[in-house]
Amino acid sequence: MSELSTNPTGAAGTADPTHLTDQVAIQITNMNKWYGAFHVLRDINLTVREGERIVIAGPSGSGKSTLIRCINRLEEHQSGQIVVDGIELTSDLKNIDKIRREVGMVFQHFNLFPHLTILENCTLAPIWVRKVPRREAEETAMHFLEKVKIPEQANKYPGQLSGGQQQRVAIARSLCMKPRIMLFDEPTSALDPEMIKEVLDTMIELAHDGMTMLCVTHEMGFARQVADRVIFMDQGQIVEQNEPEEFFNNPQSERTKLFLSQILGH
Amino acid sequence: MSGTHAETVRYVRDTMLPEQAPPLSAAGPIAWVRTNLFAGWFNTIMTLLSLAVIFFTLVELVPWLVQSSWTATSLNECRAQIVEMYGEGTTGACWAVIRERYLQLIYGFYPSELYWRPSLAFVLLIFAVAPILFERVPRALLYLTVIYPFLGAWLMWGGTVWLPIGAFMGFVFAYLTIRFVGTRAGAIVAAIAAVVVAIVWWLFLMGPVVQEFEQSIPLALEPVESRAFGGFMLSILIGVTAIAGSLPLGILLALGRQSDLFIVKSLCVGFIEFIRGVPLITLLFVASVLLNVFLPPGTNFDIILRVMIMVTLFAAAYMAEVVRGGLAALPKGQYEAADALGLDYWKAQRLIIMPQALKISIPGIVSTFIGVFKDTTLVSIIGLLDPLGLSNAIRSDTAWNGVVWELYGFIALMFFIFCFSMSRYSMYLERKLQTGHR
Repeated sequence: MSELSTNPTGAAGTADPTHLTDQVAIQITNMNKWYGAFHVLRDINLTVREGERIVIAGPSGSGKSTLIRCINRLEEHQSGQIVVDGIELTSDLKNIDKIRREVGMVFQHFNLFPHLTILENCTLAPIWVRKVPRREAEETAMHFLEKVKIPEQANKYPGQLSGGQQQRVAIARSLCMKPRIMLFDEPTSALDPEMIKEVLDTMIELAHDGMTMLCVTHEMGFARQVADRVIFMDQGQIVEQNEPEEFFNNPQSERTKLFLSQILGH
Repeated sequence: MSGTHAETVRYVRDTMLPEQAPPLSAAGPIAWVRTNLFAGWFNTIMTLLSLAVIFFTLVELVPWLVQSSWTATSLNECRAQIVEMYGEGTTGACWAVIRERYLQLIYGFYPSELYWRPSLAFVLLIFAVAPILFERVPRALLYLTVIYPFLGAWLMWGGTVWLPIGAFMGFVFAYLTIRFVGTRAGAIVAAIAAVVVAIVWWLFLMGPVVQEFEQSIPLALEPVESRAFGGFMLSILIGVTAIAGSLPLGILLALGRQSDLFIVKSLCVGFIEFIRGVPLITLLFVASVLLNVFLPPGTNFDIILRVMIMVTLFAAAYMAEVVRGGLAALPKGQYEAADALGLDYWKAQRLIIMPQALKISIPGIVSTFIGVFKDTTLVSIIGLLDPLGLSNAIRSDTAWNGVVWELYGFIALMFFIFCFSMSRYSMYLERKLQTGHR
């Protein structure tokens, strides 16, 4: 187990490596995090290459959300090293801001700004953080809203949209910052079954465009279809990682087998 | 077809049902009356009882309001006129006292030939506040909003024009310092530098400079002493200052209370809890009596200015807690989304957090505003002649000794108009900011 989790590259058996470069997007070494006395992430080692699509799965409380939230410093890690896009995450606010500009995040509950229209949601950060002129920001926003197939909702408020539409807006909002890495924190868990597909389709399209993606999700079909690598976490540790076919058909650890039998069993 | 699905297991709908209008018993005025006034025997009895109470109150009140005297010059003359006009034993309101003293109730003892100045200040106040209250008002008026505190004060107190300009320059210098230092050092350093620059200017440099300008270009209005201020003018002056000052101060205190910085947090908590733990009257007495003891002898620190500061601080402490309530109601995800997009603390506060937190807090904020405005009547206790203080003065005049209801009724009506307007505005604002479900 420890051998698996300390395997620094982890991309040993990538199924379709053509889209991958040798550029390292995220490098996590010996990272630990505690919530008070609770050791929530234990000795995490993970290297993500540019263009790589990673799905992180695991039971609730396994630390998978916390892991990706550490990557853009929504959570602070206490030891070890996280380097994103060549910048090390420390308590230096300037570095944190730099990294957050390059890393987009999509949340389980969308977290759109309810007092702003869809268009304003998408243009706010480019205008105020990237200092893009308003007109240009709006053009970019419309481009991405078309990409997620809801340009006609641009002047509505988030409260007037369905969950699936809101989540697609959230994806568009992140993309407007032109991030190099996208983090997805259970993007479909709060959605009705009918709406999951439209969000997954958007994510699949994004993957085909070559975006570096880390997705915490329970959508195993998505993992099979898109992921270069599936990581299974339990009790704050990386228990197993493999390319999707191997991971699903031939899981090695007992814990992974149990997990897979439970989520695929019915 | 559609009736059969109750009996069989297998059922397929072949046509979708169209939407239909509700039956008359569920919508329309008749339904409204039935559900709201006469739903059941108990409701019917309560409705009839209430109508009876309203009816008998009006029967007593309306004649008193209408069978009144508007022209008398004393209370006794009033009574005589009413008896003469409406017959023996009639009692009526003596509105003549309002007619005779309304200018005093509005302006206090402000020199009557200078009434135009507070009146102009009030009209300008409306124009200065309009762009903040209503989106459709031209944005250019915001320039008036910025200079209004100084312009208004100059109109009210008079004196040289260079004094308010000098005070204004203090803010300009502070702003320039922030712009200049902010680009070179951190935001906190810039803020501290700005405060230092402004204070140095106000305390040491402004006096001589103002004097210099005054001598070379004398431009002054006739000065009016604070003692002459009174009536609704005084209430509005103190109330508007406290309202305008307490909101930004309250927001800062609320943010400070949530801060991770221990000292900032402790200071804010201490300030809020201290001010909220002390009655306003105590603070007013501190302002009127004790401050003189602490200030160096010979300092002429205007009593109204002192009271305005105290009332503002008092309101700010309450405002801070109201705003904190709004902040607490925001889901954590809003902060996280702002963070994840790379917005820094102040931008996140300004663009994401505050617009929502303040919107949630509107009812509480406006309640605090209304409370502060009404609390301005407490200044009569330290001898300032607000409308209530004036009403005592009027009643001690032998001609009007014994007039109670008319004066208090008039004052109550004026306060009600102001407070009710604020309340209606807050409801308008809530409706306007409504953007669907969250």
